[in-house]
Amino acid sequence: MKKTYAVFQKELKHFFYSPIAYIVIAAFTIIAGIFFYLYLSSFVEAAFMAMVRSQQYRAPMQKFNINLQLIRPYFWNLALISLFVLPLVTMRLYSEEKRSGTIELLYTSPLSVNNIVLGKFFAGVVFYFVMLLPTMVFMSLLFIYGNPEFGPVLSGYIGLLLLGSAFIAGGLFISSLTENQIIAAIGGFGLSLLLWVIGWAANYAGQNLADILNYLSIINHFEDFAQGVIDSKNVIYYLLFSVFGIYLTQKSLESFKWRA
Amino acid sequence: MIEVKGLTRYYGEKRAIHDVSFDVRKGEVLGLLGPNAAGKTTTMKILTCYMPPTSGDAKVAGYDIWEQSMEIKKRIGYLPENPPLYSDLRVVEYLDFVSKIKGIPSDKKKTAISGSIEKAGLQAVQHQVINSLSKGFRQRVGLAQALLNDPDVLILDEPTVGLDPRQIIEIRELIKKLGGDHTIILSTHILPEVEMTCGRVVIINQGEVVAQDTPVNLTRRLKGNEKTVVELEGDEQTARSVFSNFSEVISAEKKSTDNSRLHFTLETSTDIRRDLAKALIDNGLGLYELRTEAYSLEEIFLHLTTKEEVA
Repeated sequence: MKKTYAVFQKELKHFFYSPIAYIVIAAFTIIAGIFFYLYLSSFVEAAFMAMVRSQQYRAPMQKFNINLQLIRPYFWNLALISLFVLPLVTMRLYSEEKRSGTIELLYTSPLSVNNIVLGKFFAGVVFYFVMLLPTMVFMSLLFIYGNPEFGPVLSGYIGLLLLGSAFIAGGLFISSLTENQIIAAIGGFGLSLLLWVIGWAANYAGQNLADILNYLSIINHFEDFAQGVIDSKNVIYYLLFSVFGIYLTQKSLESFKWRA
Repeated sequence: MIEVKGLTRYYGEKRAIHDVSFDVRKGEVLGLLGPNAAGKTTTMKILTCYMPPTSGDAKVAGYDIWEQSMEIKKRIGYLPENPPLYSDLRVVEYLDFVSKIKGIPSDKKKTAISGSIEKAGLQAVQHQVINSLSKGFRQRVGLAQALLNDPDVLILDEPTVGLDPRQIIEIRELIKKLGGDHTIILSTHILPEVEMTCGRVVIINQGEVVAQDTPVNLTRRLKGNEKTVVELEGDEQTARSVFSNFSEVISAEKKSTDNSRLHFTLETSTDIRRDLAKALIDNGLGLYELRTEAYSLEEIFLHLTTKEEVA
């Protein structure tokens, strides 16, 4: 446990001592900010138009739900940006150790493979959480100037973290396969995207296959979170996904010893 | 302290080491000597439990590499060929991390870190980012890392590569000092290093142990025949005829001629300097130098590692 924490601490230091962290966070914040502005503008415009119309026709004003029309699609948007950005976070987690030879230090120290993998995984998750912090500032603006429901916002963030953990576990596995960071990034991105779009194929598949594809699709399970529902089924999906990714990483590291 | 029995390791089809066996006693400094790609690093990687051998067995500090690798890892310090450094950390941060993963209890951590900083001579740079350090200091940080847990066994892969002459001397002094308390295996292809620091040498070539003994014994074993260096002035024919009068002279090789002086290297079965000097002078040759020369470890090394091609 102590050793896992040591690895975790070291990884966080790496993130924040290197420029990559700041570039990734800046890029994520800018893109997320632009989308927030666009969603908010269109929401305000639509609400304003509705108000004008209701005055013109002296009709009762149409109801606008900020949770449904702004926050929910915005969470989808954040999930999509995470898909693009997280491979950049995971790409170096192992590749760098292999390239610089520090893997020899880790493997000849009294550390279990578990210590290494879990330390790195949780460092990735915490980094992702830090990356999401600026978007929470955006959200708090909505609470200051409006009155959205808090529940769905919380569940949305829980969903994002779980989804992110799954991406990170997958990216970690890809990173453990190569010493080239570019390959790790592209591989991690490819894997995440594949798991995202796999659900689309369900529309054209037979009933049994469609069920499987829908279940596998990493984004289908996010829908409920964005709507404010924390369903244990979805929580379990993401946790299983992360555990499976970590397991594969462990096996990949152990086999590396025998192949080296 | 270390028992190595019949280690063999293949990388795919390629054989890296074959049937490597040797022992290291407690407190001994053992030199693993061999040309590049001889299998030194592979042997070390197996002993540090970085990877398992294809076959064979070894015990380090009394623990088996197959069954008790965790126990071994707790008791060794390993400096790989490229020091395993995190270049964006500061020296103290790095050592702090290493002390944690090596499981040094937190109450002893501080003294362990300051102790190894002192031993490796890093006081001046301990708060610098590793990235900004020179090659020599990086090597020392690597060494400090290996010393951190006060290991029973120290395994150093080419510890003096890339250092300047003064640093090399310092590191060698340090290694000598550490021997005694620690059992040390160090690999190198630099021969004087072995002569200076190691109590015993294992010479590896093409993955196999070709000789193991103390540097002195190795020299003596090959010595068998004396090597005598002669520098004289006069006629070459006369000199050669003098040499051939001695039945002890096995071969006489002319090395060079300069300023009308002749340089010969004689291989003789016994030391004949006294009689040879007299004979040379009696024949009217001017004698400038007459001395025996020990075979350097360098020559033994070349002899042993090129034997196969000669045979």
